[in-house]
Amino acid sequence: MTDLALRPSQPAAAPQPKPRYTVADRAPRRLSDFLLRWETILVILLAAVIIGNTLLSPYFLDLYNLADTTYNFSEKAIIALGMALLILVREIDLSIAAIMALAALAIGSLAAHGVAPPLLILAGLGVGLLCGAVNGLLVTRTGVPSIVITIGTMSLFRGIAQVTLGDQALTTYPDSYLALGQSYFITMPPTPLSFLIFLVLAIVFGVVLHGTAIGRQLFAIGANPVAARFAGIRVDRLRFALFTLSGLLAGLAAVLLTARIGVVRPNIALGWELDVVTMVVLGGVAISGGVGTILGVVLAVFVLGLATFGLSLMNVPGIVINVLLGLLLILSIAAPIVIRRFFGRF
Amino acid sequence: MRVCSGFDAALIRPAGHLLPFTREKENTPLFHLNRPLMPSDPVLTLAGISKSFPGVRALSDVGFSLYPGQVTALIGENGAGKSTIVKTLTGIYLPDEGSLTVGQEAKHFSSPRDAWAAGIAAIHQETVMFDELTVAENIFTGHMPGGTLIDWAEARRRTAALLKRIDADFKPETKLKRLSVAQQHMVEIARALSHEAKVIIMDEPTAALSSHEIQELFRIVDQLKAEGHAILFISHKFDEIFRVSDRWVCLRDGEKVGEGLTRDVREPDLVRLMVGRPVDQIFPKRALTIGETVLEVEGLSNATEFEDIGFTLRRREILGFYGLVGAGRSEVMQCLFGMSRPTRGRVTLEGRPFVAKAPADAIAAGIAYVPEDRQHQGAVLPLGIRENTTLASLGAHVRYGFLSRNSERAATRMLGTRLAVKAAHWEQRLGELSGGNQQKVVIAKWLATKPKVVILDEPTKGIDVGSKAAVHDFIGELAEDGLAVILVSSELPEVMGLADRIIVMHEGQMVTAVTRGGPGWSAEAIVAAATGADHQAVAA
Repeated sequence: MTDLALRPSQPAAAPQPKPRYTVADRAPRRLSDFLLRWETILVILLAAVIIGNTLLSPYFLDLYNLADTTYNFSEKAIIALGMALLILVREIDLSIAAIMALAALAIGSLAAHGVAPPLLILAGLGVGLLCGAVNGLLVTRTGVPSIVITIGTMSLFRGIAQVTLGDQALTTYPDSYLALGQSYFITMPPTPLSFLIFLVLAIVFGVVLHGTAIGRQLFAIGANPVAARFAGIRVDRLRFALFTLSGLLAGLAAVLLTARIGVVRPNIALGWELDVVTMVVLGGVAISGGVGTILGVVLAVFVLGLATFGLSLMNVPGIVINVLLGLLLILSIAAPIVIRRFFGRF
Repeated sequence: MRVCSGFDAALIRPAGHLLPFTREKENTPLFHLNRPLMPSDPVLTLAGISKSFPGVRALSDVGFSLYPGQVTALIGENGAGKSTIVKTLTGIYLPDEGSLTVGQEAKHFSSPRDAWAAGIAAIHQETVMFDELTVAENIFTGHMPGGTLIDWAEARRRTAALLKRIDADFKPETKLKRLSVAQQHMVEIARALSHEAKVIIMDEPTAALSSHEIQELFRIVDQLKAEGHAILFISHKFDEIFRVSDRWVCLRDGEKVGEGLTRDVREPDLVRLMVGRPVDQIFPKRALTIGETVLEVEGLSNATEFEDIGFTLRRREILGFYGLVGAGRSEVMQCLFGMSRPTRGRVTLEGRPFVAKAPADAIAAGIAYVPEDRQHQGAVLPLGIRENTTLASLGAHVRYGFLSRNSERAATRMLGTRLAVKAAHWEQRLGELSGGNQQKVVIAKWLATKPKVVILDEPTKGIDVGSKAAVHDFIGELAEDGLAVILVSSELPEVMGLADRIIVMHEGQMVTAVTRGGPGWSAEAIVAAATGADHQAVAA
């Protein structure tokens, strides 16, 4: 429907007795549809980022540099997968960074008492799961919009972490735990554990969202929650599950982050929720629900991650990088809308 | 509201320069048509209009004229192109070919604002206005009197004058959400008059009105006619077309298939033109042997909407539920379907107690419910035909944990063909189809669940004669196939034509139940029961 102007109009139908119509199985394939797909645009953007950075800095295309830069976005990207599903069904979870703080607090406190690494991981995941379930219960039971609920729990979870920890930092961790975040899980090609987990999860999420009945139900909820309920979809149950999943992923991110930086302060991961939402929105998941792909989110993660890396290689200060990324977000979202309006007006 | 003031100046100018008279004269007829214009002077002419959408040719070489002081009825099945005409006239769609002439001037509408400025206003089936704003604000949104600051006193004064002109009995300060649908239509008419519209398009204005309100609307139509407005009236109801229109234009499959004077034509001729074949307007009731009991409901009640509902439903039976809007019929059905929980009562399905905590339970047990509100409850408009068709029966298409597109396609092709869905391809977004075809897809979705009991809630609301006859046929087929059918309808001929028994509801209670051919099986008795007349007589 975006290419009306590009298509030659059909010749007038001859007045002959014909079967009134036949219905094709598939939509006609058109180049303009493919070119205007969000994922295509992201691939072009990603190529531009890679080529630009390669030309500007000799250090960009270095396997170890690239591997190390994945550390900077993999934890956020893991949470973005869950956030993508939430935004797809017209929900949002702004408490993920606060959940991370609480999970990190649990990990740090237990580690200080000499608890073994497997239990530290379980504690992080468990706290995340629990916080996510709290969000899910509040949203499905009260009917209050999730943006309100999770702004509330954001303060609540972060507040608990701040009250408990005060101005201390938890800095004692077993070496085997720190190794999770500070060494390559695979040595050739060098791959940090967090990046590997992100890739595996992205494949799982993509397959579930685009290949299973549950994925289809999520799209239906996002497109029309009332009709979805009438169609027998257990909307609240799925919503609850998605919030719980989002909390679990935040717990996982907390495990990886504490292992990587080896210190827990109450302001850990502060402001990450907006970075995560940025990844999802740039990935083409419509904030109004019902539209989006995991591939888009993955591409957006790489665009944002590599652009940040390239800019920091050129010694652009962090605050300036934020300004540039903001511009990139607005431009890349506005451009296709403008192009579509230009070509496909009716 | 105040943000609108910036737009006002811009909007008022193009409208103003077309108008030969000042705004103080709102109480006088617009074109001083005490001397009638020559009927040969069209106020608006469409010629050779064509419009295509991906895969569908919506309009092909359509041309007709509207004349001042005349009502032209635009008739045609759903999907014939009526809505496309309305959208072309109101500047929402740009036609691919053809010309539009207003008065003597060729026009090119690139936005709704251009259409307003040229004096064309539309009154839509479902009103498109602002619930939280007042009547005056709704009428003058976009062209508020005053300069930088809005002159509220003037807006109220003009609104009062406009409302008086159409004999409306509400105040300019009333919020729109407090008005009935009929009153909201009057606000839309007042808004059209405030723009000094020469052409008023009414797109199924009676769809949501009671018979009394319809009479009131016709009175206003007559008045607008007398004032010299040209009116394009779109309706599926022939009695209305014959009541209000002077001329008619008929569309079929995007082409004009006829036009003429209403007084020279009879209803069966128009029906034949619309569908391209004669339609049996009498419902052929199929003779079926009714089978064993499938569903038994006893004493079903909820807190506010219905009380003590009890009935049995058998295989191959069509049970009608008749009543006025608000009688509680949909609420009973949605309760059976698990959308709400009853406070009391027992439901037995095939001899076993049945409790639906959610629609998913009802679907699993073999109950399907085609909801009344197609746009919001039935259809997922942004998704495709295939995705809609299989939405309630996804489990049937899972192979090794994954959805099989091929299996979905096969089911969609089968059901879509059976229901004669008209589309370019099965992946087409439902929102791109006409209302009648959307409804067919919604019904297909429910048939795909292989139900034992099908509840159809106003299945033909707002769809045209052709689609209607197809749906009626189909309801008969369902019963023939051994299903038990509940038909909720506000159209008496429909229920009486199809149902074996009719339960009449009034204010949440069952008033009476009548059996085909038995005592009380008459239109008069059923309507009397539904309106409560019968009820009061018994009580007295």
